[in-house]
Amino acid sequence: MSTNYLSIARDGLWNNNIVFSQSLALCPTLAVTGTATNGLGMGMATTVVMIFTGLVVALFRGIISPEVRIPVFVLIIATIVTLVDMGMNAWTHDLHKVLGLFIPLIVTNCAILGRAESYASKHATLPAVVDGLMMGLGFTLALVMLGATRELLGSGTLFANAELLLGQRLAFMEVTLIPDYRGFLIAILPPGGFLLLGFLLAGKRMLDKQLEARKNLSEPAGVTAPEAI
Amino acid sequence: MDAPLVSGPHAHGAVSVSRTMVLVMLALLPATLFGVYLYGWPALNLLLITVLSALVAEGTSLRLAGKPVRPYLLDGSAALTGWLLAMTLPPWAPWWIGAAGSFFAIVVGKQVFGGLGQNLFNPAMVARVALLIAFPVEMTTFITPQPLFSSNAPGFLQGLAISLGSGVQIDMVSSASTLGHVKTELTRGISVHNALAPVYDLLTGFIGYMPGSMGETSALLILAGGIFLLFKRVITWHIPVSMIASLMLLATLFHGINPERYIGPLVHLLSGATLLGAFFIATDLVTSPVTAKGQLLFGAGCGALVFIIRSWAAYPEGMAFAVMLMNALTPLIDHYVRPRVYGRDRKGEPLVYEGKPEPPP
Repeated sequence: MSTNYLSIARDGLWNNNIVFSQSLALCPTLAVTGTATNGLGMGMATTVVMIFTGLVVALFRGIISPEVRIPVFVLIIATIVTLVDMGMNAWTHDLHKVLGLFIPLIVTNCAILGRAESYASKHATLPAVVDGLMMGLGFTLALVMLGATRELLGSGTLFANAELLLGQRLAFMEVTLIPDYRGFLIAILPPGGFLLLGFLLAGKRMLDKQLEARKNLSEPAGVTAPEAI
Repeated sequence: MDAPLVSGPHAHGAVSVSRTMVLVMLALLPATLFGVYLYGWPALNLLLITVLSALVAEGTSLRLAGKPVRPYLLDGSAALTGWLLAMTLPPWAPWWIGAAGSFFAIVVGKQVFGGLGQNLFNPAMVARVALLIAFPVEMTTFITPQPLFSSNAPGFLQGLAISLGSGVQIDMVSSASTLGHVKTELTRGISVHNALAPVYDLLTGFIGYMPGSMGETSALLILAGGIFLLFKRVITWHIPVSMIASLMLLATLFHGINPERYIGPLVHLLSGATLLGAFFIATDLVTSPVTAKGQLLFGAGCGALVFIIRSWAAYPEGMAFAVMLMNALTPLIDHYVRPRVYGRDRKGEPLVYEGKPEPPP
């Protein structure tokens, strides 16, 4: 059985995006996206966890009995999250201080358990790892988009304090787009997270509708039989 | 229309959305004109910008949602929202306060819920609260009255400069509103009486020649507009009366207990947004309960919350918060307070008449 990696990538990044389509993992999505940098850090940490969860779960999928699979998955995820937590504390200590509580809470991120249950436990190792990577990247994309929107509206900057995450060499990523900006403070406060997430979800749906309409236009009627897809 | 003429008890009240909106605007007109007179060209600029941005936001939202633009845009509801919002803004606020506020009111407060009649919260108050949280400095910089064409008042060009945010030093003419002043003085340990005595007397408060939001200061003109609305049956008496009564009752009680700490009832009535809120904002047909009893409850809740926020919370004025909190309770009130169905008792069971056998179950 050949695996279509392209469709895995498309699903993870856009069609079946964790935040924008599945509406999972909203707690970290709303909690840490005060700036684009925080979103990027959280997204990358989650991506690492998802890759390794996919790897381990797919490797052991033959010997995990269905009755106890959920506790086993949780245990695997908790182990990997602990490793990531310790790693971040060692290597990106300043960002770890900012994201603090939310890193251990990746354990409870339902999207990771969801992918372990619905994909990794049913597929071979390599596809499971790719799926973890793509889902994680899609999650990162969503977090960075939300974080960037909130940061831009709230303080007029992008990737503020990028050096916390990526070291001094990438500090240039921090840009002040609107100098002397008064700051629409509510965008950074919790209500802004909910509001802007809503707008992003609506925007994605509008885009999807337009893409579909264009696709239907370009394809002559009659060819789009279900068998053809 | 070719519909056949049918005789019968058909009556049409000729009440439409746009008629209601126009009547409310008429009622707002005296207080608005007074506000423009009192605070000069910048106030007029702010009003125009706020109303125009509301219309632009409404048109854009309708277009995006694929709804007919013209009928909804011309019914006046968006213009009224912008107008009401402008009434509650500091008169010399820069243009982007009005524009951002209108956008927030129409898009977040109204259109995301599905447009006219679907919104849970009063759009103008949603915007005011968002602005207050986002821009605390601009939203609390009030100015002393600078009547149009008086010697100190800014001219047209200078007014334009103020509205565009690059005018005179606004600190030169700024002044605290009555409620804000009392709040500040209280934190410094000065009693209400001593704080109010040099800056406030009730007659000024009644006429409205004092610092405050653009359309809130003149109790007299707002009251006149409110009575006009009552007379035209756009609103009923329940919400304003119960709201003012509960606020007055609490104020009298606490002022009686400790006059050094709590503002008196008449000051409560004539300052801030009390009257504008009671007659124009809390009575919003969409976001208040439908039954008379529910409206009494709603109004009493608003009044109590206004008193609580003014007396003990961090903000000097709490009308917007109070109305929004009670808006959130409106579905609950409507759920529990229902009119009795004809022929049934309050629990919905059929009425039993004496001397007649009970209806078969």
